[in-house]
Amino acid sequence: MNREELKSYLESNFSNCQVSETFDFPLLIVPKEELLSVAGKLKNSSETLFDFLFCETAVDRNPNLEVVYHLTSTTFRHDMEMKVILEDRENPEVESVYSLWQAADLFEDEIYDMFGIRFANHPNLRRIMLGDEWQGFPLRKDYKDDVNIVTL
Amino acid sequence: MENQDISLPLEEQTEEFVVNIGPQHPSTHGVLRLEATLDGETIKDILPHLGYIHRGIEKMTESLGYKQSIYLTSRMDYLSAHINNQACSLAVEKALQVEVPERAKAIRIIMAELQRLTSHELWWGSCAMDIGAVTPFFLGFRDRERILEIFEANTGNRLTMNYITPGGVMQDVLPSFVSDLKTLLVKVKGYLAEYDTLITGNIIFQRRLQGVGVLPKEMAISLGCTGPTARASGVSCDVRKYHPYDGYEKLEFKEILNDGCDSWARYLVRMEEMRESIYIIEQLLDNLPEGEYRAKMKGVIKLPAGEYYQRVETARGELGVYIVSDGTNKPYRMKFRTPCYSNLAAVKPINVGAKIGDLMASMATIDLVIPDIDR
Repeated sequence: MNREELKSYLESNFSNCQVSETFDFPLLIVPKEELLSVAGKLKNSSETLFDFLFCETAVDRNPNLEVVYHLTSTTFRHDMEMKVILEDRENPEVESVYSLWQAADLFEDEIYDMFGIRFANHPNLRRIMLGDEWQGFPLRKDYKDDVNIVTL
Repeated sequence: MENQDISLPLEEQTEEFVVNIGPQHPSTHGVLRLEATLDGETIKDILPHLGYIHRGIEKMTESLGYKQSIYLTSRMDYLSAHINNQACSLAVEKALQVEVPERAKAIRIIMAELQRLTSHELWWGSCAMDIGAVTPFFLGFRDRERILEIFEANTGNRLTMNYITPGGVMQDVLPSFVSDLKTLLVKVKGYLAEYDTLITGNIIFQRRLQGVGVLPKEMAISLGCTGPTARASGVSCDVRKYHPYDGYEKLEFKEILNDGCDSWARYLVRMEEMRESIYIIEQLLDNLPEGEYRAKMKGVIKLPAGEYYQRVETARGELGVYIVSDGTNKPYRMKFRTPCYSNLAAVKPINVGAKIGDLMASMATIDLVIPDIDR
């Protein structure tokens, strides 16, 4: 499917999600509770077959946190972006997509390390870069560290 | 001790133990620690520990301008510095809808393919060294030096070039660029033939790689592997083919695929990619476009608010640059989806159940660059 077709496909098949677009991809904003069912459909439906999670990251849109998934299909070669918006800043948690794409293992470790977003049912969630003794989550916009950060 | 088989006589019972490979180990090519759980010589589990050279590049970009951020990308995969710079520049150009001059595009592709050659030559040397042959390491470095000389003469730097910049390239190439390259390519072809005589046809080397570190196609897709690692498992994923940039669509080249799935297939894919890179450069040399080498850009770059994603094919796979802009002169968020970070995920599944001696062979052909993982 090309970009317009994919966008209208998403609009007609996922009425509970919000469809928009970024500069490069159609964008599907998924409610947190339905992440796994929507992602599962995108991966397994014979019309989409999004079998390749090529990037998963997070963005801190203070006060909300967003988890961003970039998907592509090795069969149809179409791409899309999927987002989950988390409003609970103190205790953000979302379901892990490890059961669908194993690539999520390391991506989600890094997101947890940098943003403090917990992933439920992740096989081994750990602070992969900074280590367990690190205080705070550096890529959050309100992160303050007077000792380690060198400001310009 | 849960795996202990108590039915065996005491002297035949085994127990698991943990060996830390790295952070200072020649085969990890940098500071990566693999916590390997072994039972005798058999690997039961591998857990990678990262972050030894985590510099927080993504955090740093949030307090630097776009042009300054590009300098940091040379320090990620330092063997693909040109291509990393190119990825960032393309993302900025896409957002600002800047038209890059034809000459700059051609120079960029030549530099990127030369970069791929240097990277694969170095990989060839270190791969053979990991397996136990020392001479190729010196040959690989010797031959890479010839290309670095071209980089140094034209860009001023050998490793962190920062030559590709939004709008084009920093400065025009030397008048002798084309003739230098023609001499160089003849030499490189000779080197490749030498590599084949020395190592590729060596039966001991082949036996060390064949059937080792098997990465099935479905697993490569699920793990998000890209680049030669995935293409050796039959996954077609060349960004230059599927999302061409800077004029790759006008060039004729093959995507190298192999269905072998093992370390030997990964070796063959990289060897063939070097020949393909030479072929790409040759197509551009005879008709290098004349004209400007850089489009006019404003001193301070401000991207329109929005999200931009640009991917390129580095020597190790797909590099993605994800920029979230809020309209100011600094990125709101910049994420680098680096190929080595995803390829690292393959280390555990392909080695569990194998012997520890084969771990080095499969690590060598996955070709990780640690600063690219840690960022």
